[in-house]
Amino acid sequence: MADAPSSIPVVSAHNLVKRFGEFTAVDGIDVEVRPGEAFGFLGPNGAGKSSTMRMIGCVSPVTSGELRIFGMDPATHGRQIRSRIGVVPQTDQLDMELSVEENLIIYGRYFDLPRRLCRERAAELLEFVQLSDRATSKVEPLSGGMKRRVTIARALINDPELLLLDEPTTGLDPQARHVLWDRLYRLKQRGVTLVLTTHYMDEAEQLCDRLVVMDQGRIAAEGSPRELIQRHSTREVLELRYVPGQNELQAERLQGLGDRVEVLPDRVLVYADDGEAALREVHNRDAMPESSLVRRSSLEDVFLALTGRTLND
Amino acid sequence: MTETGIGIAAAAPAVGVRGAIRVWERHWKLHSFYWRSDLMGAVVQPLLYLMGMGLGVGALVDSQGAGLLGGVSYLAFVAPAVIAAAAMNVAAQESVWPLMAGFKWSNAFQAMCATPITAAQVAGGTLLWLTTKVTISTVGVGAVLMLFPATRTVGVLAAIPAGIVTGLAYGLAISAWTATRESDTSFPVILRFFILPMFLFAGVFFPVDQLPDPIPLIVWAVPLWHGVELSRGAVIGGLDPAMAAIHIAILLVWVGIGFLACTQTFTRRLTP
Amino acid sequence: MHADLHPQADTVTTINRSVGGLLRIIPASLWPTELLRVRRPQRMVERSAMVYRRSWMVLLSGFVEPFVYLMSVRIGFAALIGDLNFDGQVIGYAEFVAPALMAAAAMNGAIFDSTANVYYKLVHARLYDSVLATPMGVADVALGEISWAMLRGALYSTAFVVVMWALGLTSSLWIVLAVPICVLIGFAFASLGMAVTTFLRSWSDFDYIPAVQVPLLLFSATFFPVSQYGSWAWAVQISPLYHGVVLVRMAAFNQWSWSAIGHIAVLLGIAMIGLGITSRRLRALLLK
Repeated sequence: MADAPSSIPVVSAHNLVKRFGEFTAVDGIDVEVRPGEAFGFLGPNGAGKSSTMRMIGCVSPVTSGELRIFGMDPATHGRQIRSRIGVVPQTDQLDMELSVEENLIIYGRYFDLPRRLCRERAAELLEFVQLSDRATSKVEPLSGGMKRRVTIARALINDPELLLLDEPTTGLDPQARHVLWDRLYRLKQRGVTLVLTTHYMDEAEQLCDRLVVMDQGRIAAEGSPRELIQRHSTREVLELRYVPGQNELQAERLQGLGDRVEVLPDRVLVYADDGEAALREVHNRDAMPESSLVRRSSLEDVFLALTGRTLND
Repeated sequence: MTETGIGIAAAAPAVGVRGAIRVWERHWKLHSFYWRSDLMGAVVQPLLYLMGMGLGVGALVDSQGAGLLGGVSYLAFVAPAVIAAAAMNVAAQESVWPLMAGFKWSNAFQAMCATPITAAQVAGGTLLWLTTKVTISTVGVGAVLMLFPATRTVGVLAAIPAGIVTGLAYGLAISAWTATRESDTSFPVILRFFILPMFLFAGVFFPVDQLPDPIPLIVWAVPLWHGVELSRGAVIGGLDPAMAAIHIAILLVWVGIGFLACTQTFTRRLTP
Repeated sequence: MHADLHPQADTVTTINRSVGGLLRIIPASLWPTELLRVRRPQRMVERSAMVYRRSWMVLLSGFVEPFVYLMSVRIGFAALIGDLNFDGQVIGYAEFVAPALMAAAAMNGAIFDSTANVYYKLVHARLYDSVLATPMGVADVALGEISWAMLRGALYSTAFVVVMWALGLTSSLWIVLAVPICVLIGFAFASLGMAVTTFLRSWSDFDYIPAVQVPLLLFSATFFPVSQYGSWAWAVQISPLYHGVVLVRMAAFNQWSWSAIGHIAVLLGIAMIGLGITSRRLRALLLK
């Protein structure tokens, strides 16, 4: 395995930095993405995810540090790298003046693919994203979820080895998200390497083999979703809601409960391996909440533990 | 009376003319960012045109064929007509893409109709707004006319309202059309096939009787020609009062039909 | 060499240095060095052709303009002005103005295609962002968009020549050369226009464009001979359009002179500088 060509990491970054004037968007990160992997950048808006993605997509020069895509340097081999990747940007950027099918065909032409091949692939890909019946429709009247699927189909026109997805499901309704997740999962099965950013915990847990949590341009933690939860959280979490303004007061009574007690603007979280037991203890201490909920720990809890902030910006 | 009842009562005064004024206010606020374009379009460009066409081409005309113009200099012939021509151009421009933006691209008009404002009031506000734009433009050209001794007359004050009515005749008719459109593909066609030929052939740059028959008869249907006759007559004289009344009447008929058409098409577009 | 994101890590600079001192008077930032990275500009043309396949009406309506303008000149102005003296020849006013209108139409078309159209795609549709995510580069985008403007210009110019012939406004066969001349005029103004567009901050900045365009139209020996300008006659040289007008008149009257080379050089120079600036600015705007 060590000397097989596929062992070259798809993306490898060492001490990667991106600055815009005085502002440091990415502050020395180390990342390695292996072939066939689904890798996630998780973090709030402004964490540096999109800047990192743009550098990987070879449309933003690296300020300092080392970045290699397929073992090549974006500064000198941008064209070659871009010809092997597919990009799903944060905003769809579809060509509003063209039809759905033409969007895919002309995109393939930008990759210098023969026109016939473009037409064939466009038909296949529209089938894949379940939009064949909209092939000749204009882009504008499509729903947000459909546009997103067109964008994904477009990103696949050059049969990329690496697919970059910047917040693929932001703004979509639950059904549309599930359709997209399914399609992305199928791509992963086919061996396409996926690198995506998201600020949705459930999305990261669904899609990513491995992820990094980014905060203020740095990597706060790295691992698989399960590892991260094990490492940075408890098995279960007890959520308690009190009358507004009571949180701080009640939290004092909960001192020492479970592993940790976190006070959020809207609720109090108790991290404990046995949530039900913790809830009984809350009752014993006479700190009755308006409502309560015991749930499994999620990446959101990991994020809270790592940064001490909620994710909703 | 319930609380919601009071809410409705408070909103009620916005109906009628006031609602149209609210619509106009929105145009105005959007517009105040663009005052430079008015200065350019209303003053600087006519000034350049009159210097180039009036003085440059005028020197050629005056040295050879002034007889065709009834004894006035070419500048004095062209300049007053530019008041009406500029009004037409401004009104036509304003009634295509900017209006389409309100209907479709920004959905601003639909948003207005979600409030107590009615479609007819949106049409009324658009009429007011067109009047504002056309007034700015005609006053600007009028000011430019005052720079040239040949056209520095009190008559410019009368030419300005003639220009405004000409602009409205075009603006309202085109707005009514725009309200029925789903895409902007017809706009370049309107500007090229209708507005441009009128600009060139409706008596602005040379007398219409130079045109072959039956065109001098066809121009009776062209609002610009009536506007040009009125504004030229006002500035350099020689217009029969009875003819002036006929020109005014025809322009007003155009404006009236245009406004009715606007109310119709705006209502159809904006009421689900 | 595959220099892509770092212009300095590229053969281009070495070539520049070796060109030597003579050409150094022009600041390096104006050099169209990005052009050496052009690979597939024709793809942008392909895209435009795809778009206009549907709106052929817009393209066709462009043919009406020359007809309308030339008719108004022939019927209206020619009657008022009669003949005039141009370079020792007595010619009708319509024959005098027609070539200039043709050059002006080439300018206007190129400016429209490279300003409002490009600004929409650059800022609102974010078309170029998605193009640059593929192997296409900024120079491909710049040259491709400008080429489309030139192609459209060639179409309109051909229409113009046909109408001029039909109306009997030219008798020189050399008038066919007016088409490539107009394409060159289009090249110069499209490059310049696109360069300017990359500096515009909002739609309201577009108000300055007619403020430049209208004086160019009126004061480039278009509607009246240079002699009308009196002691200001030298000033027309500043106008890029003037050089185009002179060239089209040469073709229309079949009166050539060596100065044509100078006029061509001016237009080509403007085109190159405009292309260079455009590519650099696109890089600065889109590949941050």
